[in-house]
Amino acid sequence: MRHIVVAAAAEAAGDEHGSSQNFFQWLFGSDGFHAPTIAEFYPEALLWGGTIFEFNRITLVRVIAMVAMILVFAIVAARARVVPGRFQSAIELVLDFVRIQIAEEVMGKQHARRFVPMLTTLFVAIVFFNITGVIPLLNIAGTSVIGLPLIMALWVYVMYLTVGVKQHGLGKYLKNSLFPPGVPWPIYILLTPIEFLQVFFLRPFTLALRLTANMIAGHLLLVVAFAGTQYLFFEATGAIKAAGALTLAGGFAFTLFEIFVALLQAYVFTMLSAVYLNMAVEEEH
Amino acid sequence: MSILNAVTLAAEEGASHNPVIPPPYDILWSFVIFVVIAVAFQRYLLPKLQKVLDERAELIEGGISKAEKAQAEAAAALEEYTAQLTEARAEAARIREDARAEAAQILSETRAKASNDAERIVDTAARQIEAERQQTIVALRGEVGTLAVELASKIVGESLADDARQQRVIDTFLDDLESNVKAKG
Repeated sequence: MRHIVVAAAAEAAGDEHGSSQNFFQWLFGSDGFHAPTIAEFYPEALLWGGTIFEFNRITLVRVIAMVAMILVFAIVAARARVVPGRFQSAIELVLDFVRIQIAEEVMGKQHARRFVPMLTTLFVAIVFFNITGVIPLLNIAGTSVIGLPLIMALWVYVMYLTVGVKQHGLGKYLKNSLFPPGVPWPIYILLTPIEFLQVFFLRPFTLALRLTANMIAGHLLLVVAFAGTQYLFFEATGAIKAAGALTLAGGFAFTLFEIFVALLQAYVFTMLSAVYLNMAVEEEH
Repeated sequence: MSILNAVTLAAEEGASHNPVIPPPYDILWSFVIFVVIAVAFQRYLLPKLQKVLDERAELIEGGISKAEKAQAEAAAALEEYTAQLTEARAEAARIREDARAEAAQILSETRAKASNDAERIVDTAARQIEAERQQTIVALRGEVGTLAVELASKIVGESLADDARQQRVIDTFLDDLESNVKAKG
């Protein structure tokens, strides 16, 4: 990161020397085309750099999102009435969505009941952490670095293994998971290793990776669009400048798209968690 | 030139990060943050909201069952009233029927009694007439004889003082008279 800024600043200083310096160029401190890289997601430490307590911008964004979601729900919970107001209705809509469209849809009313709080927590947390990616000044999704999605996926992982073993006992649960009934025995030579990988590695890992990859891609798209706009408007010359309008429009479009992806990924993560939990509690699958 | 530079530099920088392997500080902070969220939601926020939702569900269910009860009561009352009405109607019809039957009976009894009475009166009258006729016949028998003898003695100038003869003549006359009447009648 520091290298880019330094190199680009030096170059910009050379290029722009003597040409028309306007207010915007001063404001945005033009530093050439800022190509986004994976380094975007590993910003410099704000506090305690180099230690395990390293606290950077992304962690700060996560803390802000955490405070926001707890605050929103705490206010609604504190003022919750039997006859709901508008804001309470909106929050209840979210709760109902998770309960009915995800939990009960996947697991059925009976099993769903005890997992609804967990799934609701996951869904709300992911929405809040995802949406920071399009909120001005925050501008990065809390879930765009794999640590947080991994923690959430591990919760689901530990949970489905625990309920599976509790429900069926260790032996029966392993047998159900690794030797799915209803196939001729030679198939197990192929199926059992696959199922083993699925249950013990791939499920949590894909849950986390899917979410992170989506958020990384979304952030990079937005950075490309807006950095490109910045570059084209203030540094490109002549007719090329007009292309900035296109990248700007693209940036708007991708911002809307990112809002959609933020909600969609929260839904996908929660839905798959429900499916995995359901596989663990069901008798046979 | 500047683009190329930036990309190259960035690529060099990016090579040191693997987005799939989290740095330790990421794991630590993520864990802390998520535990706070999970505890806050699972322990405090969601149960509180759920309580309100349950209360509402209970209230609505209570209202529904109350309404159902009221409706059932109303239906029962209606049924009872209908039953009572039907019964009342049936009773009214029965009373009317009874009255009609009684009236008919009274009428026929009265009629029978009247015709009895009429018969009896006619009988009595007939007997009375017969008795009077007999009495008249007996009374006349004496008187007619005397009158006839008087008339005959006046006509024939013969004294019929002799009772035995007189009686014989009278009887003969009466017998003749009677046979005459019978022959005529």
